[in-house]
Amino acid sequence: MDWLSIFNLALGELISPITAVFVMCAIGLSVHFGYTGLLNFGQAAFAAVGAYGMAISILTFKVPLLGAVAIGLVASAVFALILGIPTLRLRADYLAIVTIATSEVFRYLMTTIGFAPVTGGSNGLSQFGAEFWAMNPIPVGEYALGPFSYRHDQLFIIILAWLLVAVCAVLVWLLMRSPWGRVLKGIREDEDAVRSLGKNVFAYKIQALILGGLFASLGGMVFVLNLSNVQPQSWGTTITFMIWTVLLLGGAATVLGPIVGGMVFFVLLSLTQGIMSGLVDAGLLPFLTAPQVGQIRFLLIGLALMLLVIFRPQGIFGNKKELQFNG
Amino acid sequence: MNRLMNPSRTRATVVFSALMMMFAVLFSSLPATTANAADATATPAPIGQLLIKGTLKNNNEPVAGVEMHITGDAFDGKATSGEDGKWQIEVPKKGTYKVEINLETLPEGVGLRDADKSVREVDLNITSTAAVLFPLGKDMRVVQPFGEQVVIRAFAGLNLGLLLALAAIGISLIFGTTGLNNFAHGEMVTFGALLTWLLHAQLGLDLIVAAVITIALSAGFGWLQDASLWKPLRKRRLGLNQMMIVSIGFSIVLRYLMLIFFEGDTKVLSGEFSPVEIGPIDTTVTSLISMGISVVALAAVAYFLTRTRLGKAARAVSDNASLAAATGIDVERIIRIIWVVAGALTGLAGILYGLQFQANWLTGFAILLLLFASVTLGGLGTALGATVGAMIIGFVVEMSSLFMPTDLKYAASLIILIVVLLVRPQGVLGKKQRIG
Repeated sequence: MDWLSIFNLALGELISPITAVFVMCAIGLSVHFGYTGLLNFGQAAFAAVGAYGMAISILTFKVPLLGAVAIGLVASAVFALILGIPTLRLRADYLAIVTIATSEVFRYLMTTIGFAPVTGGSNGLSQFGAEFWAMNPIPVGEYALGPFSYRHDQLFIIILAWLLVAVCAVLVWLLMRSPWGRVLKGIREDEDAVRSLGKNVFAYKIQALILGGLFASLGGMVFVLNLSNVQPQSWGTTITFMIWTVLLLGGAATVLGPIVGGMVFFVLLSLTQGIMSGLVDAGLLPFLTAPQVGQIRFLLIGLALMLLVIFRPQGIFGNKKELQFNG
Repeated sequence: MNRLMNPSRTRATVVFSALMMMFAVLFSSLPATTANAADATATPAPIGQLLIKGTLKNNNEPVAGVEMHITGDAFDGKATSGEDGKWQIEVPKKGTYKVEINLETLPEGVGLRDADKSVREVDLNITSTAAVLFPLGKDMRVVQPFGEQVVIRAFAGLNLGLLLALAAIGISLIFGTTGLNNFAHGEMVTFGALLTWLLHAQLGLDLIVAAVITIALSAGFGWLQDASLWKPLRKRRLGLNQMMIVSIGFSIVLRYLMLIFFEGDTKVLSGEFSPVEIGPIDTTVTSLISMGISVVALAAVAYFLTRTRLGKAARAVSDNASLAAATGIDVERIIRIIWVVAGALTGLAGILYGLQFQANWLTGFAILLLLFASVTLGGLGTALGATVGAMIIGFVVEMSSLFMPTDLKYAASLIILIVVLLVRPQGVLGKKQRIG
């Protein structure tokens, strides 16, 4: 087994753009769940709405990139309104069921053959990244970064993705120490108390839902630019639950939690995959086949989610007192 | 790779005993159980070989010479079914593929039972073989008058609604008594379906015997979940929202355990479909019996809840657990019984669903949202509401294909859910109370 390459691969996950995407989605979810106490199980759909909004604007309406990004963000805000208005007045578990349902509806809508001329159906869309890659200021070539070497376009998207993560994190940090953020935390702790202070709880919840959704949409855009295609099956509920695991691993109501949670999650995922595949190839795990290693990986995500919530609900960073979010 | 397709009896027995061990040591010894399952493995296919395959049968007669067109990921290939009705094709790499059956090559008078599903998608990302089934039957390509279509769709909706109701009552009872939204409920449906497949189609037990064993084990599974997971968590006073997230993690664990044990291909629980025609409705004896069983089971639950002491106690716990405890009801015992009842009902739903629509490791997860929609639509926590909600969802799913593309029929039912929540947040039969 080549330990060095396994560790290198795992270390590479630390700064991979995919990690950054999940971190952005998890930061959004921390606004929803960690700070406001909203159970959003449709975070993958927020990312998908942003991604499709951007891709469709570029391909169908020939909008320039920045305009397309703006349209994607507006679409995401509208999506948050559609989700929030019927459910945010109801008990928390209604939001959970409606968000997961809506995210599946969105996926069905993107898959259906009827809309295929615009959405690409189940094949999805591609060829929308030309303008983005043309913006790359880094000269063509290979760049060494520690033990890794990246092409100029890889380096570009890595830097951009983590810059966006930094912007999101700083924004959340600033907002959560503002009066607005304190109201959100108040809603998480005791909604009725906040209402009795004359605050419009519903409006605050909607604002939090929109804000968190915008972060996820940015993440979704980076995700599809990095892959250079957008497909409906990338946005299943599994992705939402991975985002939840990332968030709970780091700590739900913290600024650094999603970032560290994302890095730890993907490094561990890559390590278990590498080590198990290595053991299988070496014949040390005769009861497993190569595809089963991938399946066990998902099993471990589920197990991690369970154990985290049961034994360490505050995650790596959180304050346990901050997570007594319901009765 | 396809270790469970044609195993000998002994091999299947070993797999079965491994499954029993899964029960006993659900959390502790995963490697040991997989080891047992794998000792039974026949020579695995060479790593990296990816197969898409299927068998075409009409009234249990193989259908030969039908052309299949497989596309995806820059791949384009054709396969033709042989004398035994089997076809297969090897594809170069992982990804999602589309399989289209060439309707022109079907024999005269034979068509798809699901006329608008001539294209199927297969996902070869995490499994290495995928079976694609095109159930054949009378040629339905002849366009029927709208009135007849409505009757046909309504019948299908009634059938689906009854199945959903069986499974949804379990969710509703558990929610009522414990407040938990159990996301791992879909896996109990899958469990029932796949266990019946193992006992009936693989081990050759009589269907009735297999079904009885499955229901008993499903009830035991329900009890085990409560005893090993939920009761300790209630003791720790874990919040309900956290419990919901735990159930999501648990459902992922169960789903992938099921994938590892049963592989990813779609299982045919039973090949026997004796066609029946009632007016314009084209159905099978299996469907009719299944609907009969559902109605009886639902009636039994209604009787249990309204007429027996235990059922009344369960409803008392649903209304107010502390008050029920104060009147001398053993709340923990009621919850345990509810889990057993829910397990048995959901297992039964899995059997009936699997017999009619086949099953794979994702079956339960695929209908989980429909179940939640049923429960929410009817009013969270009321058993009768879940039945009403399930009937509505069943009808909406089937009727919607009269007006919109079939691939949106699940979307239609979820949109109905959102609309109802807007107008009547407590659900159709829910109690009106200020919530949130």
